[in-house]
Amino acid sequence: MSQIKIVNLQKSFGDFTAVKNSNLTINDKEFFVLLGPSGCGKTTTLRMIAGLELPTSGEIYLGDEEVGMLRASERDIAFVFQLFALYPHMNVRNNLSFPLKMQGYKKSDIKNRVEEAAKLLRIDHILNSNISSLSGGDRQRVALGRALVRRPKAFLMDEPLGTLDAEFRELMCLELKKLHLDIGATTVYVTHDQLEAMSLADRIAVMDGGEILQADEPNIIYNKPKTKFVASFIGSPGMNFFEVNEGISKDQSFVNIEGAKFDIPKQLEESKGSKNFFGIRPENLTLNNNEGLKGSVFGVEYLGSRKIITVKTSLGEIKVKTDISINVKLNENVQVKPLNNNIIIFDGQTDKSLNSEFIK
Amino acid sequence: MDTSRSYLEPSSFSKKMAAAIIIVYAVITLIPISWMVMTSFKNVDSAISYPPEVLFEPSLEGYVNLFTNRSRQSQEYLDSLPPPQNWYEELVRSREMVITGPSKFLGRYSNSMIIGFGSTFASVFLGALAAYAFSRFRVPLKDDLLFFILSTRMFPPIAVAVPIFIMYRKLGLGDTHLGMIILYTVVNLSLAVWLLKGFMDEIPKEYEEAAMIDGYSRLQAFFKVVLPQAMTGIAATAIFCMIFSWNEYAFAVLLTQFNAQTAPPFIPTIIGEGGLDWPAIGAGTTLFLLPVMIFTIILRKHLLRGITFGAVRK
Repeated sequence: MSQIKIVNLQKSFGDFTAVKNSNLTINDKEFFVLLGPSGCGKTTTLRMIAGLELPTSGEIYLGDEEVGMLRASERDIAFVFQLFALYPHMNVRNNLSFPLKMQGYKKSDIKNRVEEAAKLLRIDHILNSNISSLSGGDRQRVALGRALVRRPKAFLMDEPLGTLDAEFRELMCLELKKLHLDIGATTVYVTHDQLEAMSLADRIAVMDGGEILQADEPNIIYNKPKTKFVASFIGSPGMNFFEVNEGISKDQSFVNIEGAKFDIPKQLEESKGSKNFFGIRPENLTLNNNEGLKGSVFGVEYLGSRKIITVKTSLGEIKVKTDISINVKLNENVQVKPLNNNIIIFDGQTDKSLNSEFIK
Repeated sequence: MDTSRSYLEPSSFSKKMAAAIIIVYAVITLIPISWMVMTSFKNVDSAISYPPEVLFEPSLEGYVNLFTNRSRQSQEYLDSLPPPQNWYEELVRSREMVITGPSKFLGRYSNSMIIGFGSTFASVFLGALAAYAFSRFRVPLKDDLLFFILSTRMFPPIAVAVPIFIMYRKLGLGDTHLGMIILYTVVNLSLAVWLLKGFMDEIPKEYEEAAMIDGYSRLQAFFKVVLPQAMTGIAATAIFCMIFSWNEYAFAVLLTQFNAQTAPPFIPTIIGEGGLDWPAIGAGTTLFLLPVMIFTIILRKHLLRGITFGAVRK
């Protein structure tokens, strides 16, 4: 088990730069998630750590060893593919022992290790089955087992739950988490699903356009996003943004927008320009009839315990996550008001959040 | 209205029609072959009798004649010989002949085997390597190269017979097994590369990536993971290559005479005394048919899966 460190990593395919000058340290025994929309470079980053792609420039350290230019077979890491890539011409047992055979273990050792891994993943009863006869979940377990038997330095997983149906995905999420706690292996996990990321990760790195925008614990990513993209990508629905056409000065503590007063946390940094964005999570807003931004109800989504109400205002559509007791009709005139001063201001020029009392 | 079946399913009438058409087609194609097999079991007289005999007394004369050289002798000489040692000697003596030695057939037949299987193996092996490279790597001028490879099939191979004849004579490859294997491999290779590339493209690259992560080199991953999964394609390709090199006649006539002559140019030269020895020719062609037939039957399952491979997503 070991730490993974990437330094100034860059990957270009012709004119297209898939990963831009990235730096990241993944601690020993950490469950680390790379999260981002498709095409953001998360899979390319993972494949470079695995050795399936060679970096254009930069270094990758596995423990103390620089492995950037080593072959995949020389790195001692395991990879779980999205489509599992179980060898269809071998049965489960042979799939599991395939990586061990290469390393020249004795037959009895291979047998023991395969059975140990199978027991851990509860697939010992299907060891002699054919791959094609397995369900999605069992295939997933076999794929994990094949990664597990070798006791590699790190596990890399590329959207391993992507092809499972929703119910099963939740179950496998729990199993993965438990497995990680049991064996405590450094794990890098790629996904575009923020819920998966939130529930599994010790730390998350959010990527977009080949750049790592923020790498932090899930609650920090959610509450203190460093950029507008992170704020909008995380959370369901994502953060609301209002464009404010005025500069924000140091120590400022409120802003008037369209006749509504918004308290903001005491600012520790002033904005660069006169165009900025307010970011408010939908759960930090509420509806009433006498103060706040005026607008009309555009849509109501009922989520069981909560309601998401979309309000059309002069600043654009605003999503409000409210208690189910609030009843509004479509096109009804309402006013939107913040519940607290949990507001993050994003600089209009850099898209980065400004430091405040709330977010430092 | 009958609603017990789906609209997509053929009715029992069209199923019967299909069966009838297939039976008629099978009979038409099988008549020459069964006539050939029947001729091989006739004796020289009944093979050329008119009207043709459909029912006849089976004889192994054709096979005996195929495998032996014989010479006609006077009755006095035959009487002076010790009695025949076995059934085929007896058969030959009854025609007032003696066996003077084995014929060249077995040698020609094994030449066909060596050249046929040798060139099939070489085409499939080289084709698989090339197809894998075309399928997985960024080969410069890939499309042009693939077109160039295909363009070698755009003229009949025999069109280049003269240059090849001269080249082979200069290089000392004429009438050698190696020469024929190289020639048939070159002709088959373009087909093999194109067919196999299609199959390789269907195999997700994750499989060999998984094997490489599991500690195998790319070449090991190719042999242990990619090739087993390309078996259907390899079987289909091998059958097509085998059929070509097994049946090839024109180059074999042109380039081989003694050492490496294959069965196709040899069989028509079996001439009996006072006319063509039809039973021996029938026996030769019947035996000639067997290897490709057995080869195809063994690989039949793969072939059927192979040529429909990729039509439906797995």
